[in-house]
Amino acid sequence: MFETVLVANRGEIARRVIRSVKSLGLRAVAVYSEADEALPFVKEADEAVLIGPAAPAQSYRDIEAVLEAARQTRAEAVHPGYGFLAEDPRFAARVQAAGLVWVGPSPEAIEQMGDKIRARNLVAAAGVPVSRGTERPVADLDAAVGAAVGIGYPLMVKASAGGGGMGMSVAVDESSLRAEFDKVQAFAGRTFGDASVLLERFYPRVRHVEVQILGLADGRVVALGERDCSVQRRNQKLVEESPSPAVGPELRMRMVEAAVRAGEAVGYRNAGTVECLLDTETGEFVFLEMNTRLQVEHPVTEMVFGIDLVEQQLRIAAQSPVSFDPDALQPTGHAIELRINAEDPKRFLPGPGTITSWEEPSGEGVRVDAGYAAGTTVTPHYDSLMAKLVVHGIDRDQALERARAAVASFRVEGPKCNLPFFAELLDHPEFVSGDYDTGLVARMRA
Amino acid sequence: MWLDATVAKEIRAEMVANVWKIVVTQGDSVADGDTLVILESMKMEIPVLAESDGVVAALHVAEGDVVQEGDVIAIID
Repeated sequence: MFETVLVANRGEIARRVIRSVKSLGLRAVAVYSEADEALPFVKEADEAVLIGPAAPAQSYRDIEAVLEAARQTRAEAVHPGYGFLAEDPRFAARVQAAGLVWVGPSPEAIEQMGDKIRARNLVAAAGVPVSRGTERPVADLDAAVGAAVGIGYPLMVKASAGGGGMGMSVAVDESSLRAEFDKVQAFAGRTFGDASVLLERFYPRVRHVEVQILGLADGRVVALGERDCSVQRRNQKLVEESPSPAVGPELRMRMVEAAVRAGEAVGYRNAGTVECLLDTETGEFVFLEMNTRLQVEHPVTEMVFGIDLVEQQLRIAAQSPVSFDPDALQPTGHAIELRINAEDPKRFLPGPGTITSWEEPSGEGVRVDAGYAAGTTVTPHYDSLMAKLVVHGIDRDQALERARAAVASFRVEGPKCNLPFFAELLDHPEFVSGDYDTGLVARMRA
Repeated sequence: MWLDATVAKEIRAEMVANVWKIVVTQGDSVADGDTLVILESMKMEIPVLAESDGVVAALHVAEGDVVQEGDVIAIID
């Protein structure tokens, strides 16, 4: 195996990866920006290299700066974490071309799954259920009305270049499509400089359920159960749990088989996630996208399977067998992750600041993956994730109870913090029942 | 409070942020809930919405500006 691993990321995930690198007896190299010098991940690495100013384009997203740090420190492998360069096929290719080991899937697999329409067509050909929708942008209103006949109402009118829930609108019939299409097209042109519009089937009540896969060094693709990520604000996840309260044994088998087929369709190696939408009314699921990297919420899978996924990533990258028997995978109990963000608990608006007080909960089944500590500063340059609070219990009830106790004893002062939202959520009848969907947070704040 | 109807409505920033996109121009008619400007902070895009029907009487920010909490972004008349 390689001996030195450069971690091309920051905050909680850099710290998380460094922990596994060191536990395997390897040397961990951190890279950091001027804004992050005081963070725990920099101190905990065996060596740390300043690669640039706070702006991500000049530091964490700067391929040359990261590769130069690898040369300086004689790193032999690169782990990208999530975000930044993790799903940039050019970076993966450059890492390999420099003679380094890339801890992730092939650049080709990243590229194939990175184009959403291409990915959908590819997995559909492999027999994975996909949502009905236009395969390319619709040219004009007449084309949209025509395409809508094949998709069916209600449907989502969506700016191709949009994201984060902006430039999206629901049409319930032809006359509302006529109104919404013009609005979305005008908004997209003005806002994104690209007026192209896609149509997709819209599901009024849907859950976001994803399957963790691992492509092993010997070529097999295995699945490690599902995660339910339906608690979202602005289409971004706040809570994840495994197993999903909405997935029974029969549905799980079908989802896992589909995820493995999607991975096999691109010869997938290393850790990846197949994201699906689950229609709560029909119990049917459709492929949404594949994330070709480690996921933020990977700890819930680790807690129920008792497996260190980052360790497996490193083993696979080194062409070694994983540490567990892939034919004897058996989850135990229930795990829940809460994303502790520097944002207010009512409207979820971000609020950076210096952390004056930071006390983490502890106890049986409680894990905290934090990127910050008392005295450090959450800056406006990066996302608002301060820590992930993960709890495990013998069943969902015990996990909920442990989550409530952990939230109550977690103390964060300085930046804004969404901990009070979780206290509210963990007592909310809809969440407690397990029968919820992606509209839950909006209903709580209506 | 019937006088409110004749008072121009100031739209203010609720947090420190970068002005990412200006969606409307001065003189545009807008409806309650329309996006005026999109702010960016901590990798999050936050639309600033009109809170009433009216006309964009003034825009006090430009793309790339940094706004502080409480800064006036636009006036809807």
